[in-house]
Amino acid sequence: MAEQGKTKELLFGPIFDNNPIALQIIGICSALAVTSNLNTTVTMCIALTLVTAFSNFFVSTIRNQIPSSIRIIVQMTIIASLVIVVDQFLRAYAYSISKQLSVFVGLIITNCIVMGRAEAFAMKSPPIPSFIDGVGNGLGYSFILLVLGFARELIGAGSLFGVPILTKVTDGGWYIPNGMMLLPPSAFFLIGFIIWGIRAAKKGQVEKDTFAMAPNTRTSEAF
Amino acid sequence: MFEHYLSLFVRAVFVENMALAFFLGMCTFIAISKKIETAIGLGIAVVVVQTITVPANNLIVHYLLNEGALSWTGIEALAKLDLRFLGLLSFIGVIAAIVQIMEMVLDKYVPALYNALGIFLPLITVNCAIMGGSLFMVERDYNFGESVVYGLGSGVGWALAITLLAGIREKLKYSDVPDGLKGLGITFITVGLMSLGFMSFSGVQL
Repeated sequence: MAEQGKTKELLFGPIFDNNPIALQIIGICSALAVTSNLNTTVTMCIALTLVTAFSNFFVSTIRNQIPSSIRIIVQMTIIASLVIVVDQFLRAYAYSISKQLSVFVGLIITNCIVMGRAEAFAMKSPPIPSFIDGVGNGLGYSFILLVLGFARELIGAGSLFGVPILTKVTDGGWYIPNGMMLLPPSAFFLIGFIIWGIRAAKKGQVEKDTFAMAPNTRTSEAF
Repeated sequence: MFEHYLSLFVRAVFVENMALAFFLGMCTFIAISKKIETAIGLGIAVVVVQTITVPANNLIVHYLLNEGALSWTGIEALAKLDLRFLGLLSFIGVIAAIVQIMEMVLDKYVPALYNALGIFLPLITVNCAIMGGSLFMVERDYNFGESVVYGLGSGVGWALAITLLAGIREKLKYSDVPDGLKGLGITFITVGLMSLGFMSFSGVQL
């Protein structure tokens, strides 16, 4: 039973309690650039979850054989090979999406989530929990990305997965699309608001002030 | 000729700013922008590494990986090879190696700069802006001269953006922000506004 509870925590913990993007500030780069429509968002989520899960699995399998002085290079090589597989796969079976994602598939290599989990979790844990941890962190990343992609495509273009949901004025409907949501800066605002939402619900994540007003001790100034 | 390079440079710094238009290197961008001094240190390190790695990767692509790139060896079997699928792996290897070499050279000859950069140098290996620079160079098919200018320009653009953000955040810590937005939340919104400002450059015709 305890074993089962731990698996659940590994899988679902990173989604809300310890979200890689909202709390650990890692892996943000691609979160912003690929979310202007849902097709690319979903592709990216699946790619990243698979890469994180398998890199965790492989790193963990050989963790006792890796000398610690060259571990970064070894991890990089494993991750880069996995990303090459994903990249070649997308080029072969989903060429148009791979074109839209352009350099961002390659950038999964430098995505801090993959590297961070390999270093922080997989180097210390057995293969199966590492794999689950990878899936969990991938899901945490996907959660934020899907919310962003959903909001940006719906508000910005009135469609989901390219299928029109709200009829645009140009097509004789009523909806005037908000073009700003398709522009990059809107992703920053949305992430800011998502973080605000999560932290409003979970007070423990609120950051402390780096600077606070000291109480006034001079009586002459008080009057 | 000179005009072409100048316009490429200006475009890399402002219009196609690595941080604010493509969101590359965001992790370090957000995490290490609390103080202006550290931001400038990291910015300089990125400029230097970017200016070296983009041209280095350009040479690798043109003389090792592209289809028929190995024909200079004169061996017929090699001339037909297309090794482009190894691109990602070799770029990350080159970046890691150059960062490591730079660390050793700086430590030996310019210890002052080495101490100033400190932890930032190894961090640069996993900075997406560096990797992104090389990938964009391949995608846009730059030649060697262009890749030097592009590397320098994109590095300077990133350094500029992180210095600006650090300046804003230093002022921001004295302001009264709602609880949930403190720290990370308000930083994202600030970056969003900066990015909106940088978008005005996209109308610039070069």
